[in-house]
Amino acid sequence: MNDLKQRIAYNKRWDTAFMIAGLLSTLVGFFLLTALMIDLFMDGAERLSYTFLTSFPSRFPEKAGILSAWVGSFLVLLVTVFAAIPIGIAAGIYLEEYARKNWITNFIELNIVNLAGVPSIVYGLLAVGMFVQIMKLGESILTGGLTLGLLILPMVIMATRESIRAIPTMIREASYATGATKWQTVRWHILPYSMGGILTGIIIGLSRAIGETAPIITVGALTFIAFLPTSPISYEFPFFSVKWFMDPFTVVPIQMFNWVSRPQQAFQVNAAAAGIILMVMTLLMNGIAIYIRYRFRKRIKW
Amino acid sequence: MVNETTKALARNLNFHYGAVQALRNINIPIFEKQVTALIGPSGCGKTTFLRCFNRMHDLYPNNRYEGEIILYPETRNIISPDVDPIEIRMRISMVFQKPNPFPKSIYENVAYGLRVRGVSDKRFLDERVETSLRGAAIWDEVKDRINSLAYELSGGQQQRLCIARALATDPEIILFDEPTSALDPSATSKIEELIMELKNTVTILIVTHNMQQAARISDRTGFMMLGELIEFDQTVKIFTTPSEKLTEEYITGRFG
Repeated sequence: MNDLKQRIAYNKRWDTAFMIAGLLSTLVGFFLLTALMIDLFMDGAERLSYTFLTSFPSRFPEKAGILSAWVGSFLVLLVTVFAAIPIGIAAGIYLEEYARKNWITNFIELNIVNLAGVPSIVYGLLAVGMFVQIMKLGESILTGGLTLGLLILPMVIMATRESIRAIPTMIREASYATGATKWQTVRWHILPYSMGGILTGIIIGLSRAIGETAPIITVGALTFIAFLPTSPISYEFPFFSVKWFMDPFTVVPIQMFNWVSRPQQAFQVNAAAAGIILMVMTLLMNGIAIYIRYRFRKRIKW
Repeated sequence: MVNETTKALARNLNFHYGAVQALRNINIPIFEKQVTALIGPSGCGKTTFLRCFNRMHDLYPNNRYEGEIILYPETRNIISPDVDPIEIRMRISMVFQKPNPFPKSIYENVAYGLRVRGVSDKRFLDERVETSLRGAAIWDEVKDRINSLAYELSGGQQQRLCIARALATDPEIILFDEPTSALDPSATSKIEELIMELKNTVTILIVTHNMQQAARISDRTGFMMLGELIEFDQTVKIFTTPSEKLTEEYITGRFG
């Protein structure tokens, strides 16, 4: 009897030991992130103001702002969204629902998985060759957006496939058994039921894209832009304009990079403030992703 | 038996999953407005046989049919490669083993088959949805919450909803693939009553692992084993004086 108690006590010591080790490991991640945030805030909070968001960069740190940078980030992401989403979703659906399983599709699948691991600067090189030199799109918002679109395309395809795979076979069969075609099944079942997972994947991809610097520098985004692109909304018919596609641009991380590389301390503060904005944008997008996932999962349970 | 018109006829039917032969030379007549039941131990091919009737096997690669399933009155071989499986599925509907409603409203579940056929007239849809739900004996339970999610129904109700979905398109044959195997006894007896009611208007082919069920609801029974049809006859005869020794051993519970 006593032996047994001793044994249990011994066993439980290991239990406790691992619990403590596990807790510490968890806290490492949490504290590092918190420390990073606090540090960023301490450095940059003093520069955060409305004028910081509405001013162009300047030689004088106290006058400099990130207007052209966040507008650039926003417009580049807009192009990314419209380029990567339709292609990514369509490719994902094709691979899951239409493609026959043979060595060609296996090969394509393997390549898509590998593409997700390609360093982003390589995408930048590819984009310089394809969009700037061959297609002559210039060092423009369009080029930047398409480059980031390429970067997140494998993520969108994989998110689409994962969430399509989660739909049980019996739901597909129920649809086909009523005489539905493949497209009707995709349109009325596969797409709506997998939308939550797809949107989550897209937003996670976009929050990675918004922080990308290397490929954007490679395609030739400028570090100093003291003007805004042409407005997408015009006051004459047809009330919108795509001239901004071809305008030069900068994005928030490039603006940060530019400030960090200056010797003056005041510019370091600006960089931290821009970092806060970038963090807030990213966290906001992740928040939206979590909310969407929650909303869609609530309706559907297999 | 008043009605003895043949609705469908399997003739020398063979079926292969890749290199594996699952059905061997099956010959079965399906009579109009009767319940035909298929019994047999697991893996005997009864579900495989059922799924030939709406060409479900066409959804997956490397499946191969041989022989014929003739559909009357037009005497057409529905497993022939030049017959469009979609056309067949529009005429022969199916109820599955586990209730599988779509994660949509009760109304949309029933209306789905009609929407697939391009029906959008609201009045016609409303009317068909109601008749089908009545036909599946579930109207009274759901008429006040026709727009709520189908998943809020109990398992037995979901299965009757699936029957309503199958009825909505006015099929010539309904295939039932072990429709009560996931249900409790009281839900099971409701479905059985419903099937006996339905045979007044539609031809029914049902696969069941439950011999008592076959005895209770069917007019004809086929006993299958290892991909072959051992015996096919009137249900009463199969369960009282089967001609094959294997059938007798199976229904008396000596194996299976």
